[in-house]
Amino acid sequence: MTPLLQVEGVSKHYGAHLGCGDVTFTLWPGEVMGIVGESGSGKSTLLNCMAGHLAPDAGRVVFDTRMHGPRDTVTMTEAERRWLARTDWAFVHQNPRDGLRMNVSAGGNVGERLMAVGARHYGDIRAQAQDWLGRVEIDAGRMDERPRAFSGGMQQRLQIARNLVTGPRLVFMDEPTGGLDVSVQARLLDLLRGLVRKLGLSAVIVTHDLAVVRLLADRVMVMKDGRVVEQGLTDQVLDDPQHAYTQLLVSSVLQV
Amino acid sequence: MIEISDVGKRFVLHNQGGVVLPVMAGASLHVGRGECVALTGASGAGKSTLMRMIWGNYRCDEGSIRVAGLELCGAQARDVLALRRGTLGYVSQFLRVIPRVPALQIVAEPLLAQGIEEDAALMRARDLLARLNIPQRLWSISPTTFSGGEQQRVNIARGFIQDWPVMLLDEPTASLDAANRAVVLDLILEAKARGAAILGIFHDTGARDAVCDREVDMGAFLPGRAAA
Repeated sequence: MTPLLQVEGVSKHYGAHLGCGDVTFTLWPGEVMGIVGESGSGKSTLLNCMAGHLAPDAGRVVFDTRMHGPRDTVTMTEAERRWLARTDWAFVHQNPRDGLRMNVSAGGNVGERLMAVGARHYGDIRAQAQDWLGRVEIDAGRMDERPRAFSGGMQQRLQIARNLVTGPRLVFMDEPTGGLDVSVQARLLDLLRGLVRKLGLSAVIVTHDLAVVRLLADRVMVMKDGRVVEQGLTDQVLDDPQHAYTQLLVSSVLQV
Repeated sequence: MIEISDVGKRFVLHNQGGVVLPVMAGASLHVGRGECVALTGASGAGKSTLMRMIWGNYRCDEGSIRVAGLELCGAQARDVLALRRGTLGYVSQFLRVIPRVPALQIVAEPLLAQGIEEDAALMRARDLLARLNIPQRLWSISPTTFSGGEQQRVNIARGFIQDWPVMLLDEPTASLDAANRAVVLDLILEAKARGAAILGIFHDTGARDAVCDREVDMGAFLPGRAAA
């Protein structure tokens, strides 16, 4: 089997300040990788380097493309990268407003992504959009409403539908449950887990919430000051942390 | 199916002055097909620690742990994940689930993760829940609100839904009444009969005598008792 994504020695500086340094890992098809660490640890920088939103200073991000096999996405042309972002990748932002078009209806938000990859038949697009709204548990009757009329949890589910409708193989998520209250979080986690399993998706999830990582991720990477201090099986890293910083993180979680 | 030799384990507590706690040394045992072996020893002897090292959520520092041919000391995460998907089952003491997922779905999940069709998986889940006397009206409810014994039985149903070649059981009969305890013991005997290798912790000596072929005293693997 070919790895879906190979990240090799990726570094990014902001001036003299290190964003993330020398990160290397391999993601296999169907695997979910969690990246944890406190604010400023470099996890979002790393995610953005992988998703092509930021150009790393050094390193390679090799993605197994459908057409041409493994290709370094750092050195490919902007147009190729954009095409991958529309077809093979999805990016779920922490704030749904960053990933949705707030002036377009819910159905339009989902349909737009289909049109971006060439769908033209209005009836088909609408039917697919409706199917996806159903899968993320948004009532079909609200298809023509704009997302600003939705609650935060619904907006986040709509963002997920918009991202997954084109059948991506790799989903990047930046704090997907960040701004949501606890009961909505649980519902979203359940939804994400089901989708990942049914569609065989691979995902990279950035979060500071260890409970989210435990429920969703097969493997986890712990970052501090731009460096990966520990990585491995999720339950091993959380139950038997080896690095001082991971031990501190795990022991700092409040028990309910 | 489980081969353990010279396994040692220590915990280093970096945030508590770097204290090093050696907890196990020279642990060795094996479990063959169709065999059930009990880990015994006082609390703190390392029974659960060894179980976790076999499951892989504790790292193995020294020695060798082989499960169905896979060396777990230093194994790649994806190999451990594959082992857990198809070969190694674990009934832990506590149920850890996403809050709103119904009991039936939780029990069926190991089969769904294997790609087995939803109808077949749910049917098997229903059979097991019924056998373990979980009232049908609870099947569609999340087990987070269940009693301790009910949660334990959901956990057991989930653990036995698949015919794992190797199983780890951590106190499977704790907090169960006599009738349910008998059902669980039957499940264990059935698993043995089909050739599963089982390693378990049973504080309930009656249960241990009923299903286990041998015992291994973990107290023998405590590192240098003089130091403690």
